[in-house]
Amino acid sequence: MEASKLPGFLARRAVKAVLVVFAIIVCNFLLVHAAPGDPASVIAGQSGVADAAFMEQLRKQFGLDQPLHTQLWIYLKSVAQLDLGFSHRQQQPVAKLVLERLPATLLLTGAAFAFAIAGGVTLGALAARRVGTWADSLITVLALTFYATPLFWVGLMLVLVFSVWLEWLPSFGMGTVGVELHGFAFALDLAKHLLLPALTLGLFYLAVYCRLTRATMLEVADQDFVKTARAKGVPEGRILRAHVLRNALLPVITFAGIQAGQLVGGAILVETVFAWPGIGRLAFEALLARDYPVLLGVFFCTGVMVVLFNLVTDLLYAVIDPRVEVAG
Amino acid sequence: MTLLTVENLTVALPQGGDRPHAVEGISLSISAGEILCVVGESGSGKSITANAVMGLLPRGLPVTSGAIGFEGKDVLALSPEAMRRLRGSRMAMIFQEPMTALNPLMRVGDQIAEALRVHGAGADAAKRVPELLAAVNLPDPKAIARSHPFRLSGGQRQRVMIAMALALEPTLLIADEPTTALDVTTQMQILRLIREIQSRRGTGVMFITHDFGVVAEIADRVAVMQRGRIVEQGPAAEVLNHPQHPYTRALIAAVPHGAPDSRPQVTTAPVLDVKGVEKTYRRGGMFGARAVVRAVHDADFILRRGETLGLVGESGSGKSTLARCVVKLVEPETGTIAYHGTDLRPLSRNAWKPFRQRIQMIFQDPYASLNPRRKVGEAIAEGPITHGVARGKALAKARELLALVQLDPGAMERYPHEFSGGQRQRIGIARALAMEPELLIADEPVSALDVSVQAQVLALLADIRERLGLTMLFITHDLRVAAQVCDRVAVMQRGAIVEQGPTAEVFSAPQHPYTRQLLDSIPGRGWTPPAV
Repeated sequence: MEASKLPGFLARRAVKAVLVVFAIIVCNFLLVHAAPGDPASVIAGQSGVADAAFMEQLRKQFGLDQPLHTQLWIYLKSVAQLDLGFSHRQQQPVAKLVLERLPATLLLTGAAFAFAIAGGVTLGALAARRVGTWADSLITVLALTFYATPLFWVGLMLVLVFSVWLEWLPSFGMGTVGVELHGFAFALDLAKHLLLPALTLGLFYLAVYCRLTRATMLEVADQDFVKTARAKGVPEGRILRAHVLRNALLPVITFAGIQAGQLVGGAILVETVFAWPGIGRLAFEALLARDYPVLLGVFFCTGVMVVLFNLVTDLLYAVIDPRVEVAG
Repeated sequence: MTLLTVENLTVALPQGGDRPHAVEGISLSISAGEILCVVGESGSGKSITANAVMGLLPRGLPVTSGAIGFEGKDVLALSPEAMRRLRGSRMAMIFQEPMTALNPLMRVGDQIAEALRVHGAGADAAKRVPELLAAVNLPDPKAIARSHPFRLSGGQRQRVMIAMALALEPTLLIADEPTTALDVTTQMQILRLIREIQSRRGTGVMFITHDFGVVAEIADRVAVMQRGRIVEQGPAAEVLNHPQHPYTRALIAAVPHGAPDSRPQVTTAPVLDVKGVEKTYRRGGMFGARAVVRAVHDADFILRRGETLGLVGESGSGKSTLARCVVKLVEPETGTIAYHGTDLRPLSRNAWKPFRQRIQMIFQDPYASLNPRRKVGEAIAEGPITHGVARGKALAKARELLALVQLDPGAMERYPHEFSGGQRQRIGIARALAMEPELLIADEPVSALDVSVQAQVLALLADIRERLGLTMLFITHDLRVAAQVCDRVAVMQRGAIVEQGPTAEVFSAPQHPYTRQLLDSIPGRGWTPPAV
């Protein structure tokens, strides 16, 4: 890709991104409001006061008595001003709630992502190099096991083994409760808490990358340019790294782009199992409480993430594969 | 001085193959400064021989006996590491497919530099790479070195491959069909380049080819291979002009050659009258940079009943696009395509349907153009059945057609993968004929076939044309084939027909410079094959 094309490309993509995000907001808004029940009925139910007048008052207070399109218009206007609304249940602005939780989620998903890619590509390359041997079979069996096992079950088993039996790692939360840690000790504590949820979240994708890398490497290894490299006397190790692996990574990157988009949203289950204070859990709690503004805020945030990750994938692809031209 | 000796080499095939050995008891030698052409059809074991010398045989094909000596070393006894050090430095190889033989993600210059680096000569790569690219006559070597392969044409890529192979001045160069995938004018340039570099440096060359024209162009000595054995070996002039072995004679006889006969002019009514057809491809969207390719323009022609018109030209000249316009596989923007006076161009899909039956197409790739999951009989009968012929009748007809294209009626119940390339092309012809067409459009029907099979298919087409009185539009890049088959030829270049006329006239007195260039590039044009 030529650098001179970049600003134009980014400008075109920005316009598209705004349109996509707009569509996401509208869809989410309509979907959320299509679900039965509303915040007023939940609050009324929890407080034990369920008379019609009180409900009416709550609805008026939340603006729920307005027609749907008016509510949508008000919401869109405020989002355009980067105001995600106010959570009446938590008595805090939504943007603050989401931003507070976002770093935890990004840390978890980022770690899982890095683990899945690094582990998957390494194992896949290893299996391809020793295709047909016991090492290949072992890796394949492992990968298929990770692929087929449900996420929550993996999480529970990891907790059982490493937290309950071996007592090596904590089973929930993001830090040891009641202790004030700084510097290295803080990082170590965080890493200990991060390990199990990140493993749980990453194992499935690790299996996918492993299979994908192995298959494409074997496919690429049969191509003519690999033979050319061999004919010019390039050592086997270098052939594998510089010629085979590099070409085999292209489909891995495509898939990683998809995964990166899903990771933010897909962490709900793991965050719940490990009591990880991220936005996945925030969304889950908001859903139970019919806390519309928070739910929509989380959806908005994950939507933006997906759009961003797709853009990054496209750019990365163009950097790695010179044949790809960035096109708006 | 003898550079390479292969003695009694036998390479086994995995069990269950059609023969026990890939090559059996072959002996040959190459001296410094000599070009040995190894000739044979696909599956004759010529590439296996080359790979055995390079130490690049796949694991399933072990050398079972014999010896390979190179510069006084016993190649088969060398360790893999010692063999690796020889490859690329003392012996080098170029391949058939320039489009896939370079790493698509690596700059061309880096790939050449890598060849230097892995043999410890990477220090002066920055200086050597442009020199090497200049030595293979590439313009602006510095810019080429920075390019990725996809930016280069097939001919340029093959030059890069040659530059890479010659980077460390090897004494032996093995060229495995290096010009087969190239256009005829590019082929001639590459052949000259190999000849020139080889004579300047005294390199020994093993040149693998299936084309006796190329042999006549470049060989000092020739070895002819058939089913894993060398059946005849000798100086080029000897083998080309006085072939001894029946197989060599058959191969040479199958080479389409000689000046085209003067044929009577066809004066019947026009079947197809193509006028003012234009097709332009535009790339790039609303915002991106636009590229406009005029695929077809200024390409008028008339095809008369019972006539065969050849559309000849190099890849990208628009000959296939023009043919596809006729059958509406491509929709041109302007012009008229009059079939017996009816303009086909503006017709809708439905209005086209009756014509589909009258105009049939045969495709180039006999492997890709048959549905692998359909029995051959079904594939042939499918067209008539969709046009309303009763199933039983269509299948009976298919059986007759298989006999017509000289295939066993048992072929009806078999699947395409059970047939060879030549047989599949016969099936393709039978499928086209099943519709009882009047006009047959053959898009490079013999380009993917071995020369002896090619001769058979061409003879079959000529016979069928004669018997059924077909009119044919014959697309080919091979002027030798066109000379043999066509009453008239139209030469295409960059989307336009630059010259057309009776075949004999165009070949003996070409008017357009491009036609002259094409004719001059026919390999082996100075060689008249002996009558055998």
